[in-house]
Amino acid sequence: MAYSNIFYVLAAVLFILGIKKLSHPKTARNGNFIAASGMLIAILATLLSYGAIDLQMIFIGMIIGSIIGATFALKVEMTQMPQMVAIFNGFGGSASALVAAAEFLKTGDATTFTYSTIVISIFVGTLTFTGSFIAFGKLQGFISGQPIVFPGQQLINALFALALLATGFFIVQEPNQMNYFYGVIIISAILGITLTIPIGGADMPVVISLLNSYSGVAAAATGFVLMNNGLIISGALVGASGLILTNIMCKGMNRSLANVIFGAVGLEQESSQGGSEKQVTIKSYSTEEAAMIFDAAEKIIVVPGYGLAVAQAQHAVREVAEFLEGKDKQVLYAIHPVAGRMPGHMNVLLAEANIPYEQLKDLDEINPEFEDCDVALVLGANDVVNPAARHDTSSPIYGMPILDVDKSRTVIINKRTMNTGFAGIQNELFGFDNSIMVFGDAKDMLQQLLKDLKEL
Amino acid sequence: MDINILTVFILAIFVGFEIITKVPPTLHTPLMSGSNAISGIAVVGAIISTKIDGGVGTYLGLIAVVFATINVVGGFMVTDRMLKMFKRK
Repeated sequence: MAYSNIFYVLAAVLFILGIKKLSHPKTARNGNFIAASGMLIAILATLLSYGAIDLQMIFIGMIIGSIIGATFALKVEMTQMPQMVAIFNGFGGSASALVAAAEFLKTGDATTFTYSTIVISIFVGTLTFTGSFIAFGKLQGFISGQPIVFPGQQLINALFALALLATGFFIVQEPNQMNYFYGVIIISAILGITLTIPIGGADMPVVISLLNSYSGVAAAATGFVLMNNGLIISGALVGASGLILTNIMCKGMNRSLANVIFGAVGLEQESSQGGSEKQVTIKSYSTEEAAMIFDAAEKIIVVPGYGLAVAQAQHAVREVAEFLEGKDKQVLYAIHPVAGRMPGHMNVLLAEANIPYEQLKDLDEINPEFEDCDVALVLGANDVVNPAARHDTSSPIYGMPILDVDKSRTVIINKRTMNTGFAGIQNELFGFDNSIMVFGDAKDMLQQLLKDLKEL
Repeated sequence: MDINILTVFILAIFVGFEIITKVPPTLHTPLMSGSNAISGIAVVGAIISTKIDGGVGTYLGLIAVVFATINVVGGFMVTDRMLKMFKRK
């Protein structure tokens, strides 16, 4: 029992070293391997030091889990990564809750501290489980991406939270009353659902990051139940990581966490939009005309939005970029923090298309670059390039950090139609003097553009 | 005992904040799936809880073993799959 703790410390050290190596794409893969070794050490130490366990059953369980996990990992499309992380969060959270529940069923009389940690672990773990599956359903399209709201929702959530506090308190007082135990599980499960359904599809990156953090908190709470340093340290690391990513996502949208969770954004705007739409006069060019502009350009910045990934046009972008680079032009990519459906998602989608990571620039890095940029090519992005965020205080995206594409000499915007973005607002950028629209599916447009470029 | 374990927890949070803020935005998705795999450390707790009493607790522990293993194996594998794609020019 005692010596296994040394291995947990070792595992924790390997997790920290592994994450440290994630600070650069060159060392990151190695870092992931180091973290995985840490996990293996922790698992082996546990199997060897706890004698009275049914090894055979555990191995069967681990094999089943490995097969399911590996299948997910190998089959998943990169565009579906947010869904998969959501599901995995759910499994991690529920595992923690199950352990805490098992521990509760065993202990006849534990300390108040242990019972409290059991309640916290069951609560956070169960909430993570149901919340993650709602998030998965929304991302996958099983559940409407629209915020689901009903009158008195906030009040009902508050009542559930109060009921949870009360039930948790009663468990600690009377641990033999099984009804309180079931009560905590049921209320936590409901809260996971009611807190997630009012959140709109566009805000899912925040929710996934937050649930990621919760899965860590649940593991740490379970660590307190079992007095296990391995779980506590790892849980704390993941909790911190998820919280940082949540914060970055909120900043990327200029929203507070409370506003994301309780704001039901997406719905409000749709109802308040009405007929107050400002008309913008646009210039629509063919790919041939666009090709001529590219031919004269020296510095090109591509702004990929999620529409690009939906059109599966990443490879087409790379082909155009490679052709332009072959003509001694500089091509960079501007990645907004909320360009994808989870933190860093767009980078993965572009990396999958073999676009070198040195060319992927984040918001702070790229914004000064637009000043001397000849062409900014906006592909399926909308709200993240809307200048209204800078000056229009009545705009729902006011204050959101945007990519300053309008500062480039020419902005070429590709969209399928004039439909509005996620925030449901028209983009004044499209009417700017230096803006040119090229309509069509991103992939078709890029392929045609490449043809036209080659024919010049 | 309790205060020691609380110390460990709080220090780990600080270490977490320090190292994670250094991860560049490019790698935020792998960071998330990787840290997700790390939260699968619950598998350790799951293994421990299977030895409990041979009753319901043991079965809950076994289900937890399956769930946490999905988390660990899937998480590390998909992170590796993504990181493999990040190439230099």
